[in-house]
Amino acid sequence: MNYSEKVMDHFNNPRNVGEIENASGVGTVGNAKCGDIMRIYLDIDEDTKIVKDCKFKTFGCGAAVATSSMATELVKGKTIYEALEVTNKAVMEALDGLPPVKVHCSLLAEEAIHAALWDYAEKNHITIEGLKKPKTDISDED
Amino acid sequence: MSKLIYLDNAATTSVRPEVFEAMKPYYLENYSNPSSVYSFAGEAKKAMEDARKVIADSLGAAATEIYFTGGGSESDNWVLKGVAEAYRAKGKHIITSKIEHHAILHTCEYLEKHGYEITYLDVDENGLVTPEEVEKAIRPDTILISIMFANNEIGTIEPIAEIGKVAHEHGVLFHTDAVQAYAHVPINVQEMNIDMLSASGHKFHGPKGIGFLYMSNKVKIGPLIHGGSQERSRRAGTHNVPGIVGMAKAAWLAHAKMDETIAKETALRDHLIGRLEKEIPYCRLNGDRVKRLPNNVNFCFRFIEGESLLILLDQNGICASSGSACTSGSLDPSHVLLAIGLPHEIAHGSLRLTLSEDNTMEEMDFVADQAKKIVERLRSMSPLYDDFVKQQKKQ
Repeated sequence: MNYSEKVMDHFNNPRNVGEIENASGVGTVGNAKCGDIMRIYLDIDEDTKIVKDCKFKTFGCGAAVATSSMATELVKGKTIYEALEVTNKAVMEALDGLPPVKVHCSLLAEEAIHAALWDYAEKNHITIEGLKKPKTDISDED
Repeated sequence: MSKLIYLDNAATTSVRPEVFEAMKPYYLENYSNPSSVYSFAGEAKKAMEDARKVIADSLGAAATEIYFTGGGSESDNWVLKGVAEAYRAKGKHIITSKIEHHAILHTCEYLEKHGYEITYLDVDENGLVTPEEVEKAIRPDTILISIMFANNEIGTIEPIAEIGKVAHEHGVLFHTDAVQAYAHVPINVQEMNIDMLSASGHKFHGPKGIGFLYMSNKVKIGPLIHGGSQERSRRAGTHNVPGIVGMAKAAWLAHAKMDETIAKETALRDHLIGRLEKEIPYCRLNGDRVKRLPNNVNFCFRFIEGESLLILLDQNGICASSGSACTSGSLDPSHVLLAIGLPHEIAHGSLRLTLSEDNTMEEMDFVADQAKKIVERLRSMSPLYDDFVKQQKKQ
């Protein structure tokens, strides 16, 4: 497996695995057919809009687990507006890169964050500037 | 890391020390080109012809029916392209199955681009092709039936003798890709109605880069590799004498104690299958339980993905493989697992463990213990498992 040490570290010792009861926002992206599903839970402070906690569950390959783990690390402690700026590129860089065939995993991580933020925005009837409705959803399965 | 436990013998095998020793003189001392005239080349030529005889005998064939090739893929390519070309006056229809190796399937796709029509037979949930289905697919323009002897992923052994019988009743040539079966289970080309058979040296403790094609004397096809007049002008290229000698030595060793090896591997296999089935919930044994290669174990574990499983097994010194998309380099999981009717998400969680006689019961127990832990760990991270458990609670 051509994974960096950081990827292997996050795969072996994934940070923030689990779920948050009554989360402020939950996003599930990916599709079992392609072999990757990520679910990200956000606990957001209502006043400061800071992501106090972030957890994930992922069905997928080594890269999928590692990108989920890194994404939760990057989002934690940030405001929802800063969280929106956590791109797949940022996740990849933080992991010292991914093999080319695994780049889609980092896109999935970015989308999972967006999906969780979208859920939060919908629940609270707010608009987060720059946030678009997430594309992928497991209900897309045929 | 603990010691290496190699369970990927369907990918390749170790070269037996006896095999390596048998090959050495043909690199260091008798390095001649067996096609040369001088007497120095005589020994290499004799070793090569002895090797041909060993392989022919192991199949119940004549020595003149064994052609040395570069391996299983070349043999498969040669059969399909050679028969397609030589028999095109009769027709352009070939019958194969959906679970063949890519050396067959991709060559068939190539032939389709050149105007041939291929019927890809369905298999049942255990991966079996039935002789009845083969018979139904035969047309007046059918020139070849190619069905693998045993499947490389799920280990299912096909009813080769019966399929061969059907082929012959209809006057159609029958080829079998026996890369996973040759030197593992008994094969007799006469009794099993086989006209052509592909095999590869490194799948039975021989060297890599050498294989052969058994081709009945009644089959008349041209070469795939053009050039010199080696192999009765049907396969050009200087003979890989050390490879040929090594492959024959490995074949001889395998056949000399085949019953013993089958008994040992079957015991290991069934112990491992038994433990995995009993101790890991929501799993499925892939492939036929009885008509199965003695060294093949293949499971799907629901709610987890194969590559993650492989990495964690690797960290415990266990070499295995999977049919998940992430290991195939595409977005689709193994075509074999899809052909036996598994949904994509289940096929992604497959694990193939292929043993050899070198493995031990202790290793099987270690693998079962590790697999159990790893599957539990991955499920604890899996949103699919979460959803499943919540669903169960509701009901």
